Amino acid sequence: MLPDFFQYDFLRYTFLTGLLIGVIAPLLGTFIVVRRLSLIADALSHVTLAGIAFGLMAEKKFGLMIGPLYSGMAFSVLGSILIEKLRSVYKAFQELAIPIILSSGVGLSVIFISVADGFNTDLFNYLFGSVSAVSQNDFLMILTIAIFVILVVVLFYKELFTLSFDEEHATISGLHSKQIHLLFIVLTALVIAASIRIVGVLLVSALMTLPVAASMRLAKGFKQMMLLSILFGELSVIIGLISGYYLSIPPGGTIVMVSIIILLIAIGIKRLKIRV
Amino acid sequence: MEYPAVTMKNVSYAYENKTVLDHINFEVPKGAFMGVVGPNGGGKTTLIKLILGLLKPDKGSINIFNENGEKLQDRNKIGFVSQKANAFNKGFPATVYEVVSSGLTATIGYFKFFNKTHKDKILHAIDQVGMLDYAYENIGNLSGGQQQRIFIARALVSDPELIILDEPTVGIDYENVKRFYELLHQLHQKQNKTLLLVTHDTGTMTEYATDIVCLNKTLHFHGKPEEYTSLTEKDLSQFYGHPVNIVSHNH
Ligand SMILES: Nc1ncnc2c1ncn2[C@@H]1O[C@H](COP(=O)(O)OP(=O)(O)O)[C@@H](O)[C@H]1O
Ligand SMILES: [Mg+2]
Repeated sequence: MLPDFFQYDFLRYTFLTGLLIGVIAPLLGTFIVVRRLSLIADALSHVTLAGIAFGLMAEKKFGLMIGPLYSGMAFSVLGSILIEKLRSVYKAFQELAIPIILSSGVGLSVIFISVADGFNTDLFNYLFGSVSAVSQNDFLMILTIAIFVILVVVLFYKELFTLSFDEEHATISGLHSKQIHLLFIVLTALVIAASIRIVGVLLVSALMTLPVAASMRLAKGFKQMMLLSILFGELSVIIGLISGYYLSIPPGGTIVMVSIIILLIAIGIKRLKIRV
Repeated sequence: MEYPAVTMKNVSYAYENKTVLDHINFEVPKGAFMGVVGPNGGGKTTLIKLILGLLKPDKGSINIFNENGEKLQDRNKIGFVSQKANAFNKGFPATVYEVVSSGLTATIGYFKFFNKTHKDKILHAIDQVGMLDYAYENIGNLSGGQQQRIFIARALVSDPELIILDEPTVGIDYENVKRFYELLHQLHQKQNKTLLLVTHDTGTMTEYATDIVCLNKTLHFHGKPEEYTSLTEKDLSQFYGHPVNIVSHNH
């Protein structure tokens, strides 16, 4: 089944990109889940969509070749900083920042899309992911993002863990909680922008959370949960990409369904363990 | 010269317009085991947040080991066990070891990793609170009393001189509260830690504390445990603003 993925360049880049996001999405997802920030991932993916729509519009209407992936990334990172600003404005209602940013993202996307008189197939690819969309350039950019994200997480692992477990205690002990949190949100924005090519806007947060939900049932401790999440993420991406390609289904759908199956198995195993 | 662990001079604090602390003056001498009592809403947690630097006083000054509390460089001189510790997210998937290690994060500093010495320190802190057998268990699987011990270990691991505890025994059964006080007593006696403890179990606390303050917006009492226990119900009712029945503990 695999040969096609090695024979055709575009498929090989898709496959390699998939392997990268199978690591970085659950890696950050672990922190996102334990900090109960899953909705931020959703908000940011919709802002990324606005950025992508902007890039496609600029290309079609004005002939500006920004590259939708770059404009998507720029919007995502800006959106992440805005969310943090809004959270400090609405101190007592921090969750308000999420619907505000999410709806702005959707609103802007609709405007950009209609200005460009629609761009159906491209947009469909961005919503649900695509196996044929990754160019060599895309791959190199996503590789850069992945290396950067992994380096930062390794370097700041103890701070990120301490902050996630108990933010107040982290602050008291003298950590720069606000700055570390901002760094973390920007990393999340980058990972989302990098993942959208393959899993699509609507399903990117699933790849960040479902493998974590599964490993949470089985792991002992935080580090183990993180490693298990990455393993589940990789399994989902590999099986999802291959089956999506051969069944002609956007990979976003197949990847998420594989993660759901893994999740169900994890819940089942836990049940069995309790009974034994 | 030995400086007091905490010195508060004329400290006032208000949330929006509601004054919670009004011209507080007091000292926690080095080596003291100070108990803080007072009614709910009396400002005890606010006082602690001021000492920890989470809030800034509207008026007055706070010194920690003779350093301005707002600019305190070495935050690791203070260990903290929170009121909320026993209400933390029980599902959080972390082992006892991982939780205690988070108490060292700031001490180690950015861009550095845990080494063998740090690992030994972490295990030693877990051992001190008698939980070594559980080092690699998920913290969510432990009882409330055991979890509270882990949070003490997290405070101890950076070897602070002053340990602040905000109602650490809420929701813990009587037997474990006793063991908990024994642990505090050891830290105070054997390791010369300065302790500042907010609590409602005055009966047990007065057996171990060296100083007691009563806080309800202002300081109503500051003295030795013997003086506190000799207060009449009438005196206490005045602090609390409602009638108080002294429950005697005969051991
Ligand atoms: N973040 C806050 N905003 C507004 N009021 C607060 C806040 N925290 C505490 N308060 C009020 O300040 C008073 C003192 O609270 P606190 O210091 O928690 O008292 P204690 O710990 O003695 O029960 C209470 O009336 C409480 O309602
Ligand atoms: Mg309180």
